[in-house]
Amino acid sequence: MKYIDEYRDRELVMELIEQIKKTSTKKITLMEVCGGHTMSIQKFGIPSLLPANIKLVSGPGCPVCVSSRKYIDQAVAYARLSDIIITTYGDLIRIPGSSTSLDEEKAKGADIRIVYSVLDALKIAEENPDKKIVFLGIGFETTAPSSAVGVLNAHKSGIKNFFLFSSHKIMPPAMEALIDEGVKIDGYIAPGHVSTITGSGIYKDISDIYKLGCVISGFEPVDLLRSILMLVRQLENNDPKVEIQYSRVVKPEGNLKAQQMLDEVFELQDEWWRGLGVLPNSGMKIRDKYREYDAVEMIPVVVEPTKEDKGCICGEILKGLKNPKDCKLFAKACTPSDPVGACMVSNEGACNAHFRFNRD
Amino acid sequence: MKNKQVLLGHGSGGSLSHDLISKLFVRHFDNPILKQQTDSALLNISSKHIAYTTDSYVVDPIFFPGGNIGKLAIAGTVNDLAVSGATPKYISCGFIIEEGFALDELETIVKTMAEEAQKAGVLIVTGDTKVVDRGKCDKVFINTSGIGVIDENQLEISSGKNIKIGDQIIINGSIGDHGMAILSARNELNIRAAIESDCACLNKMIGEVIKSGAQIKFMRDATRGGVATVLTELAIGSPYGIELDEVKLVVKETVRGMCEILGFDPLYVANEGKVIMIVAAEDSNKVMQILKSNEFGMEASIIGEIVDKHHGKGWVTTSIGGKRIIDMLAGEQLPRIC
Repeated sequence: MKYIDEYRDRELVMELIEQIKKTSTKKITLMEVCGGHTMSIQKFGIPSLLPANIKLVSGPGCPVCVSSRKYIDQAVAYARLSDIIITTYGDLIRIPGSSTSLDEEKAKGADIRIVYSVLDALKIAEENPDKKIVFLGIGFETTAPSSAVGVLNAHKSGIKNFFLFSSHKIMPPAMEALIDEGVKIDGYIAPGHVSTITGSGIYKDISDIYKLGCVISGFEPVDLLRSILMLVRQLENNDPKVEIQYSRVVKPEGNLKAQQMLDEVFELQDEWWRGLGVLPNSGMKIRDKYREYDAVEMIPVVVEPTKEDKGCICGEILKGLKNPKDCKLFAKACTPSDPVGACMVSNEGACNAHFRFNRD
Repeated sequence: MKNKQVLLGHGSGGSLSHDLISKLFVRHFDNPILKQQTDSALLNISSKHIAYTTDSYVVDPIFFPGGNIGKLAIAGTVNDLAVSGATPKYISCGFIIEEGFALDELETIVKTMAEEAQKAGVLIVTGDTKVVDRGKCDKVFINTSGIGVIDENQLEISSGKNIKIGDQIIINGSIGDHGMAILSARNELNIRAAIESDCACLNKMIGEVIKSGAQIKFMRDATRGGVATVLTELAIGSPYGIELDEVKLVVKETVRGMCEILGFDPLYVANEGKVIMIVAAEDSNKVMQILKSNEFGMEASIIGEIVDKHHGKGWVTTSIGGKRIIDMLAGEQLPRIC
């Protein structure tokens, strides 16, 4: 398959592994921030190919994993209202809330529909004028623009029954917070999709102030190994900088139109992240101008008190301080079919990736 | 079980289904035959070995590229018997039909069933029809049961008891076709891909392999949960490990493309015309030859081996040479796939 096979070429992979081995003299830990990278790394078995002195750890790049349990609880509370249809990406449906999940509420009769695009949610809104359609907007700079499109299109077409429940977040504050907390990493494999929207400028502080290299990587094995090699070279030369490996998609300035739409619809607010706590200006709130599409503002609901799970070390795992296998619940009390924490459910979660591909 | 309600995932064929079956059905229906949990129950009646199986079909949409619910209902049950090493003989069918369902569509389905049964050499000998109020079922649901006869020598095929280190794992062609055909036939995704379901009765092909005298240690059709789920189930608790070579898996370009877009792993996607065979290494060439000369086995491939390491688990060598484990499907990948 074009644009895929050439990035999964075995010979090229082996050549890159050799180069990494030859170039790398230091013991280093690199963090992949994006959940898509985590999945790809595990799915292709990349750790089994790397030399022992290079360790990869997963960061807080799985959006449903870093979101608060309260978000699920509130979504459940909306789902229980008879005049509401919840529309959501499939990822969220099995995430455990304090006492139930959307999956279980659906089985009890709540109208919860999996959609593949916010446009599907708008269509459902048009087809059900007597219902309120709540779209669960979750994700980083990658998915936030499509939520913004939802709001802007609803506004343009006069749809009054579409509401966005935003948990959108931006990536750089979390990457900086990790270093501030003293998490020991030597470089970032920076997220490819986020950077497609934002461009490479958002990582400038990380390389300039924190002296940590960032290489924006694609998602195929050859992409990831090239990025690792680029980071290794930076470290060997003591030259931390922002580089784009994924240049076939990511431009330094990013996608200006998407950035404009984000700015039009959202403003930044302080936001709680699992494992990191409240990070200033890291969440995206709908601007007052579009308040009528903000589920939080427009649909009052009583949410059950949030209960965090005891024993689940999701927070530490999201910071790269612990490995999924360090958790005593891992693969025992917590499995993908009977998950305790979000990291085990999401297809991009570190625990899920380790459970599925690297459990030995 | 932690859940208080039945979830869609309980019908996925993956680990939730597994839990429901073992912790509810098998617990209450408890008997030694059921406990085997093989594709067909193996019965001994008047010193004849009989294989007996049942399956219900709720696929949505009922018509899809490469088949319809009726073809699926015959092929699924015929294949469950065939992979148990049995020769399928008789089929029953029960219809649950929604009020208002078009009679000509029903006739199309029934005709297909008759054709498939004839091709497979089985007789549909009994049936039942129920009609429910509009909205109480979706168009038509079909249950089929099947009976086959099984030779003394094939009795261990469904349990895989005779599997040894070094045995070869063979599949009769490309994976993931059925799941992706159903998904592309659904209107909810704006993806149109020319993917046909692989839905087919495999009993004639399997019969030829058995007749050749090749040592078949295990067979199973890789339906819901896909190849990964079948092999993981087999590996759990076994004194051996399973090693797959990803490069050897045949995945059609269209199927691969759709899997890439949607984030599916073809190893976990449903098939309806694929059998996994584990055969003695010395017989693997013979089996491959027979498969390749059959219309349903032309793309047959040796995809892996039974190994004396990582016991109880399945591992894949990935396309780039890395290693990772395989597992059962967790949760629901695609509801109402069959």
